[in-house]
Amino acid sequence: MPKNEPVAIVGGKITNLSLRRWLHSLPGVDKVGLESRAASLGTRSIKTASKAWALDAAIKMMDLTTLEGMDTPDRVRSLCLKALTPDPTDPDCPRPAAICVYGDMVSVAKQTLGNSGIYVAAVATAFPSGRASVAVKLQDTKDAVKAGADEIDMVIDRGAFLSGNYMEVYKQIQAVKNACTRADGTKAHLKVILETGELQTYDNIRRASYLAMLAGGDFIKTSTGKVTVNATLPITLLMLQAVRDWYDQTGVLIGVKPAGGIRTAKDAIKYLVVVKEVAGERWLTPDLFRFGASSLLNDVLMQRQKLKTGNYSGPDYVTVD
Amino acid sequence: MFEYAPAPESRALVTFQSSYGHFIGGKFTKPSNTYQTISPSTEQVLAEISTAGAKEVDQAVKAARTAYEKVWSKLSGAERGKYLYRIARIIQERARELAIAETLNNGKPIKETRDADIPLVAAWFFYYAGWADKLDYAGFGQNPKAHGVAAQVIPWNFPLMMLAWKIAPALAAGNTVVLKPAETTPLTALMFAEICQQAGLPDGVVNIITGFGATGADLIAHKDVNKVAFTGSTAVGRLIAKQVAGTNKKVTLELGGKAANIVFDDAPLDQAVEGIINGIFFNQGHVCCAGSRLLVQESIQDELLKKLKRRMETLKLGDPLDKNTDIGAINSKAQLEKITKLVKLGVKEGGEAWAPNCDMPKKGFWYAPTVITGVAATNTVAREEIFGPVLSVLTFRTPAEAVAKANNTPFGLSAGIWTEKGSRILKVADQLNAGVIWANTFNQFDPASPFGGFKESGYGREGGRHGLLAYLKGDN
Repeated sequence: MPKNEPVAIVGGKITNLSLRRWLHSLPGVDKVGLESRAASLGTRSIKTASKAWALDAAIKMMDLTTLEGMDTPDRVRSLCLKALTPDPTDPDCPRPAAICVYGDMVSVAKQTLGNSGIYVAAVATAFPSGRASVAVKLQDTKDAVKAGADEIDMVIDRGAFLSGNYMEVYKQIQAVKNACTRADGTKAHLKVILETGELQTYDNIRRASYLAMLAGGDFIKTSTGKVTVNATLPITLLMLQAVRDWYDQTGVLIGVKPAGGIRTAKDAIKYLVVVKEVAGERWLTPDLFRFGASSLLNDVLMQRQKLKTGNYSGPDYVTVD
Repeated sequence: MFEYAPAPESRALVTFQSSYGHFIGGKFTKPSNTYQTISPSTEQVLAEISTAGAKEVDQAVKAARTAYEKVWSKLSGAERGKYLYRIARIIQERARELAIAETLNNGKPIKETRDADIPLVAAWFFYYAGWADKLDYAGFGQNPKAHGVAAQVIPWNFPLMMLAWKIAPALAAGNTVVLKPAETTPLTALMFAEICQQAGLPDGVVNIITGFGATGADLIAHKDVNKVAFTGSTAVGRLIAKQVAGTNKKVTLELGGKAANIVFDDAPLDQAVEGIINGIFFNQGHVCCAGSRLLVQESIQDELLKKLKRRMETLKLGDPLDKNTDIGAINSKAQLEKITKLVKLGVKEGGEAWAPNCDMPKKGFWYAPTVITGVAATNTVAREEIFGPVLSVLTFRTPAEAVAKANNTPFGLSAGIWTEKGSRILKVADQLNAGVIWANTFNQFDPASPFGGFKESGYGREGGRHGLLAYLKGDN
């Protein structure tokens, strides 16, 4: 049996009991130790050439996001155009990896982005709460995929997770993964949002990460951006340890996406340092690491301009999308 | 790909004098009998340092005695506290400069001097400043008296921090001091002398004399010294204990260690790896309480070592002034030779040494972070203090065996326990024969927490209320 088969990993038939045994056998996480490691990596000093590389990388790894009730076709179009030309004064400026929108805006985004190579990611499965019937969640996913979404950002059922019903969470992720299948048999890329702010403990976050990887998620993502605590450096560090150890165990590469609350270039660089030093350089690619962010891009652009010209231009010298 | 560009802290922020005399009675003497102090990372000469003979030692002790009798013993605790607060504040103001100076003279990374050494130095002075007018409440009765003149000899691993551990409680309790820094790292102590001047500390309350072992021996032997405090090797500690035997001098000794860092199979593994790294590679392992013996439960040995080695590959060794450097230089050629010799011996006796690939700078003294596996209890590297970035790995099967192996050393300074089980932490800690025990962490220091060892790791405690005891009469 291949070592990446769920049955091989869990060591038996997948049941709620076997999942529970497996997840609860993972090493615990010491809060103080994890947070101090993250803080210490946060003191790395990234200068000159490495800073330039990191700023460009941050843009290339960005899922430029708008997820508001007030989103309109024009708003989405304007964001897509921003992604196509992040800095009109610099044709060499790289582009974000994807635009992240609600499912009903996928076609607008797709139209605007054309074959630019920028992906369209759609949040689905009754985002952000995930409180709907499985049928609705799957239809939500199918609609987005049909409209042309390249990537689906689903939410896990936190209620099921917190009540100990790991099997339900596992089954839903698998079902959504199936719903990502396009007419031609290819699949939209699946990011699994753990909503770490609601799972609360680091032990829960580690378990949910493993559960999502076992169920076939391509990415594990921290947050919806809609709760009080979204992405943090320690949480991202913990999830990077999970994907690193998962690769060791199974040979499968899983991506990580911190989302929500990363607003400055300085913060983004700290995340890249953590990626490099915890998971390794292999993860420093948009295929395996993404930032979910809305306001981060302009701060990175300002820092980029400053590094190029030596002067800090100010917010009026980057375009408001 | 994402290589960190050099991020050096500015060397220009520190100006050393070309030569230094001793600081006696509030003034610097004319430099005499000098030797060169260097930066161990570049072997560059930083300054000329004087060597004190019996004459200078006598002058310094006399200055301390005079200051004690005429000024310091007559001040109220609140007045003494004012000076200590002032010193603490100046240290904070000059923190960056002191951190750079310490890194230059010691070789340790700026990250550590900036984030650990110097903040702790200031914290120590702030903490004991608070005690100065509250000695009645320290638990030694009403109005406890100071000893008089304290002779203090400190090591090179945390030069300014060891100075703070010695001088802050001594002054708070009302003693005056003569301190000798280690011969390889005198510069921050001499800068501290300037800080005493800046703070307007009465002349002679703090005296700093420089030199080698002989100077320290002269100082400790001086007949007018009331109290001796030493931090350093067990061999020298033993000499000092003999030297002061039969005199009225009070002694505290903080000596070597061979701490066990015990990792149980239910430990938070990723954080345990960080704790092991911090335990042995912090300050290049030049730490008396370093977790130099890793005791890992045999059932998780492979997994833990794999994680540990991968983590070691990310350690950056190089220019200590670079803000991203994790491992700095070994403090001296002599220490480098000692480490090299002990590791060779450990391998000869059956251990297997492994180190990540490190680009070693051409100049200076360097040793790659090293882990020695397959170490039996009989191996020299399991018994002797290496005082370098070298971890010896031993295994155990049961908690009882872990405790037995951890305690099976002539030392007893510190230990670490890693387990998610709270009750096991308490039980094992109770059985370990070590002065400081960390649970799910390592190498944490705080001025409010007493520090010191059992057995050959010395006696007496530094830090906290207990640290005052050593500097007040009525102890024992």
